[in-house]
Amino acid sequence: MLEFLQSLPSPIAQGMIWGIMAIGVYITFKILDLADLTVDGSIALGGAVLVVLTTVYQVNIWVAMAIAFAAGCIAGLITGILHTKFGIPAILAGILTQLALYSINLAIMEGKANITISWRNYDLIVSSKTSGLGITILVCGIFVAVIIALLYWFFGTELGHSIRATGCNQAMARANGINTDSRKILGLVISNGIVALSGGLLAQFSGSADVNMGRGAIVIGLAAVIIGEVIFGKLFKNFALRLLASVIGGVIYYIVISIVLKLGLPANYLKLLSAVVVALFLAIPYWKSIIQAKNVKNSGGKSKND
Amino acid sequence: MIEINNIYKTFNPGTVNEKLALDGVSLTLNDGDFCTVIGGNGAGKSTMLNALAGVWPVDSGSVVIDGVNVTSLSEHKRAKYIGRVFQDPMTGTVADMEIVENLALAARRGKRRGLSWGVKKEEKEKYREMLTELDLGLEDRMTSKVGLLSGGQRQAITLLMATIQKPKLLLLDEHTAALDPKTAAKVLELSDKIIEENNLTALMVTHNMKDAITHGNRLIMMSDGKIILDISGEEKKQLTVDQLLQKFEQVSGSKMDNDRMLLSKD
Repeated sequence: MLEFLQSLPSPIAQGMIWGIMAIGVYITFKILDLADLTVDGSIALGGAVLVVLTTVYQVNIWVAMAIAFAAGCIAGLITGILHTKFGIPAILAGILTQLALYSINLAIMEGKANITISWRNYDLIVSSKTSGLGITILVCGIFVAVIIALLYWFFGTELGHSIRATGCNQAMARANGINTDSRKILGLVISNGIVALSGGLLAQFSGSADVNMGRGAIVIGLAAVIIGEVIFGKLFKNFALRLLASVIGGVIYYIVISIVLKLGLPANYLKLLSAVVVALFLAIPYWKSIIQAKNVKNSGGKSKND
Repeated sequence: MIEINNIYKTFNPGTVNEKLALDGVSLTLNDGDFCTVIGGNGAGKSTMLNALAGVWPVDSGSVVIDGVNVTSLSEHKRAKYIGRVFQDPMTGTVADMEIVENLALAARRGKRRGLSWGVKKEEKEKYREMLTELDLGLEDRMTSKVGLLSGGQRQAITLLMATIQKPKLLLLDEHTAALDPKTAAKVLELSDKIIEENNLTALMVTHNMKDAITHGNRLIMMSDGKIILDISGEEKKQLTVDQLLQKFEQVSGSKMDNDRMLLSKD
């Protein structure tokens, strides 16, 4: 037990970094009602940009983080344009950008599939060195707080409201003079910027940027969002708290993963496990509605409200 | 003044489902005209409203609002001039957002949306007054999500939203059809009141002939994508349902086929 508690900081830190990524997924999946698969590519893009800038070009780590964010924004912009101006369904538009990013990420990393970055040689913001885990968790906490505060403000503005309206009801949005195309693009830009930022943190934490580091990222992001929603949905009504729930969802996800690994599950099966977990959690609301519908039938069409 | 000049629209051209939905529709609405629209199934009533709102581009013809040719403007740009209430109460509002947030979204129709607060303090007071006037008890539920409201309440709010900024044209597309008769009557009464108080120019599609006769100062009837009757002034005031059915048969040479319309004769 003690051993388990001592091993907790690492999955917590990792979960928080993925939680930041989950905030990005929340914007597209929950607010815009789009399934954006760009994120698998933009998380690796963020990692690649950050590691190459710091190790090859000796750029300051904070500047490199900002550029990683901007690179993610561009990836989102491309998906947004493919979706709205080229008329490609959102899922396919995301897959196309993601595929293109694989080549682009390789090009950024000068043809290498993996570039290491060590806290021994560079002044990193976060790292997985055992003595620095406390600081890493603190820094991630600050990132989470700042990002949530900024998004809370932004989605309370006129512009933010118009994005929420677009995600919920496009006919209404257009009837009220909102350019739904530009709002979807803007949402995708912000989302992928945040995802790339988390990719930059993840590369520092794991000690390398890898062209494959984003494989299945969307599933982990969705898992975090959905776990957060299932556990805190009834409790957290406020927008900022809902975003926080996604981050906590990411932390829970990584703690569960680390337990499962300790119990002896071969690491190869992790992605299978993630997929099954997300499929189950996505199915639960649907099954619930079927059961409720059955109950209504059985009671002769009388619902509780009558 | 609203000028609709010779509009044509064909859906699914070149396929077996090809349908000429608007067949040279022309109509001029003077400022303050409240015109009801009736017609058979597939006559082109809603299609005409959608053409005005710019939901899709028309094949030919033009729409001019107060001298501005809006024919080539996209739906969201045209929204600057047009307020709309839809048949489905779900369509006009954002279910996941609060009542005040919905009203604030509508208050910015046609304006630039920037980074100032989505709902300002002084707005809230104005909205409270407007909601109090509705007399539906909504002024105490300003921060409730619209999704929690009934269809009638949502239509009432959509009406407020469509007119919160005086539109040059108000489009009501069977906006009471999905409501129970009592609520429908209330929403209709409210529509009358808002149109009269603001002296709005409005088009209201309805399947209820009686409503079409008793509301507004003008009535048009559509059939097969054309306007076949245009009655206004004294003549409209004297009109009865039976006369209207007779006129329809005279002009179109066929019997009225809109079941809903025939069922709601009285």
